[in-house]
Amino acid sequence: MAFQIVNKEQLSENVFMIDVEAPLVARARKAGQFVIVSAEEEAGERIPLTIAGADAEQGTIRLIFQRVGKATAQMAQFEKGDSLGYVAGPLGQPTHIEKFGTVVCIGGGIGNAPLLPIASALKEAGNTIISIIGARNKELLILEDEFKAISDELIVVTDDGSYGRKALVTEPLTEICSRDPKPDLAIAIGPAIMMKFCCETTKKFEVPTQVSLNTIMVDGTGMCGGCRVEVGGQTKFVCVDGPEFDGHQVNFDLMTRRMSAYKTLEQKAYEKFKEHKCRIGLNKKDNA
Amino acid sequence: MTQKKTLLQELIEKQKAGLLKAKDRYEIPSQDMPAQDPGQRRTNMNEVALGYTAEEARLEAMRCLQCKTAPCMKGCPVRIRIKDFVSAIADGDDAEALKIIKENSLLPAVCGRVCPQEVQCQETCTVGLKFKDVDKSVSIGRLERYVADLAKKDSAIPDIAPATGKKVAVIGSGPGGIVVAADVRRAGHEVTVFEAFHKPGGVMVYGIPEFRLPKAIVQEEIDVLKKMGVEIICNFIVGRTRTIQELMAEDGYDAVYVGVGAGLPKFMNIDGEHLVGVYSANEYLTRANLMKAYQFGKGAETPIAVSKNVAVLGGGNVAMDSARMAVRLGAENVYLVYRRSEKEMPARIEEVHHAKEEGVQFCVLQNPKRVLGDDNGNVIGLECLRYELGEPDESGRRRPVAIEGSEFVLDVDTVIVAIGNGANPLIQQTTPGLEFNKWGNIVVDENCKTSLEGVYAGGDIVLGAATVILAMGQGRIAAAAINRCLAEKK
Repeated sequence: MAFQIVNKEQLSENVFMIDVEAPLVARARKAGQFVIVSAEEEAGERIPLTIAGADAEQGTIRLIFQRVGKATAQMAQFEKGDSLGYVAGPLGQPTHIEKFGTVVCIGGGIGNAPLLPIASALKEAGNTIISIIGARNKELLILEDEFKAISDELIVVTDDGSYGRKALVTEPLTEICSRDPKPDLAIAIGPAIMMKFCCETTKKFEVPTQVSLNTIMVDGTGMCGGCRVEVGGQTKFVCVDGPEFDGHQVNFDLMTRRMSAYKTLEQKAYEKFKEHKCRIGLNKKDNA
Repeated sequence: MTQKKTLLQELIEKQKAGLLKAKDRYEIPSQDMPAQDPGQRRTNMNEVALGYTAEEARLEAMRCLQCKTAPCMKGCPVRIRIKDFVSAIADGDDAEALKIIKENSLLPAVCGRVCPQEVQCQETCTVGLKFKDVDKSVSIGRLERYVADLAKKDSAIPDIAPATGKKVAVIGSGPGGIVVAADVRRAGHEVTVFEAFHKPGGVMVYGIPEFRLPKAIVQEEIDVLKKMGVEIICNFIVGRTRTIQELMAEDGYDAVYVGVGAGLPKFMNIDGEHLVGVYSANEYLTRANLMKAYQFGKGAETPIAVSKNVAVLGGGNVAMDSARMAVRLGAENVYLVYRRSEKEMPARIEEVHHAKEEGVQFCVLQNPKRVLGDDNGNVIGLECLRYELGEPDESGRRRPVAIEGSEFVLDVDTVIVAIGNGANPLIQQTTPGLEFNKWGNIVVDENCKTSLEGVYAGGDIVLGAATVILAMGQGRIAAAAINRCLAEKK
């Protein structure tokens, strides 16, 4: 298992898509599951990434990630032919797929990536799919064509109105929930704050809502408990109990705070990494 | 040192003349093990206990009375012929001593360091009983470590029987898995060890810190397995990457050993446990050990809290490890908060002793009530209650009773919860037909066989909270049963 990158695309300034060799994961994975990856084999940081797709025959999985810190910046530097340190998975409970009726799928920013395989699986199960995908601006919007292909109705929004409708995802969500009949299920994946407001919206209309959480993890198998969240007043582990939960029960404020636990430390490491990278560039110039 | 040499010389002569009596043996001072200076070791990750010298080992071994009944052996979960190996050391035959230990234990360098000897072999030692002090028992663990370390350089590969064509999957590369892999491989079966982490060794690499069990020792054991032809596959989560059923029905494995450990940390279920700065001991130690967070920004990428004042909750070995790790990561004050008194602490005496030497502050008969946080969700304190000891409970230990109105606040920014683990649900969720008890532990018979044909299990996932030696003991039993079962299978 070499975990070689066989394909790489840059989807926006900071969002990258890679197809990585991981035949067993590609074969076993189901919609909604994630993997733990590390850029380096020995000392790298273990980060959870939801599987955005897989090709079981080719033995590859698709990962879409945002460059936010050192680990992801390092991965973004890799090119086709390079290898990740390791990939472990698939982890977490797969999404429960059945025919619910009409499902509204809400994706924000990088959240569109994990949402896509779930929406596809729901479509295949015979559901009517209404997708709302959003981003801060046009440049950050990803996977529009892919969502178009599997959705019965697609609404695109941007915060600044540079593309699609100028709105937050909650605005069209409110409209769709007001329809008669209202949707049977909502699935929201994106930044914690977006999921929180989506859940507040759907709660008013009593539309059951699933969210997929992407918290800090170390092992991803239940051992560390770093990913714990409060759901319905109880402690749940995102890695083994999730990553999907009843959004109306999740304490998003607590989750948001826990996710920023290492912000300062990570920023420092990232700054140092970027600085180092610049110097490498300078050296090269000097040598030339 | 010269004094020890002289004493040893005298004793050897007496021994040769057949004049070494029990009285003389009692008079030999029990040998302390040299250790790194506490002030110095607070700032490094190197092993604390340095091991016996040859003189110290032989002197210590001569304290053994060679009791006919060998009560020490009865205290050993894997029944090592203790009195015989100690006698070999006393005779100066260290190689023979190691041979005797290896009959029953495959990981003496590990067990000599991490076994709770004072509640096993050393608890029943006649010398300790004579002095009414378990600290005065023959230091069997230190002697085990001594011979194991001597032999480290020439870790010979055991003989392997001709290939049988049978395949065995071992799930988890902790102490139990290593033992099963070795024993089953020796019988000529093909063995694959599956590890979920990116490095093999289980609790010995993610949990037990370098300063107590150097990683190099574990690596040597792993290397021996590889040299024996055992395949080790990391980043493979049985249950998810492949299920047990798939391994057996599709991938051709004739038997499976489940040694996945416990690994689902318990929390106190008190207010504030979700605050930033509250860790399970598993997480704290994994970040620090396996992921080397102490080198964050200097080659390692995993961060860990930069703490000033730390409270560790619990009184076991994992609590001691966490507290001592926090000291090494630079905390100014480390408090160990434990509900009962020090006497009831389940940790090894040596760990308690080392923790105190390193400045860990013991807050016994105290229990946390809630974790206090600031507006940003960071820990700023731990509210505790004082306790007193009441009547004995089911465990025979005196039950701690809260003193009403005794609340006080410990000024801390980090809280590490080290109160044990529940059973990991992964195998249960993905293995239909496998029987579990109500706590989620796998049910096995006296041969460590589960309710599924060809599937065996041992260690924490069966016993709940166990030790390295108990996991090894079960591994031995399971391996023997697997070998018997595969020999019958055509």
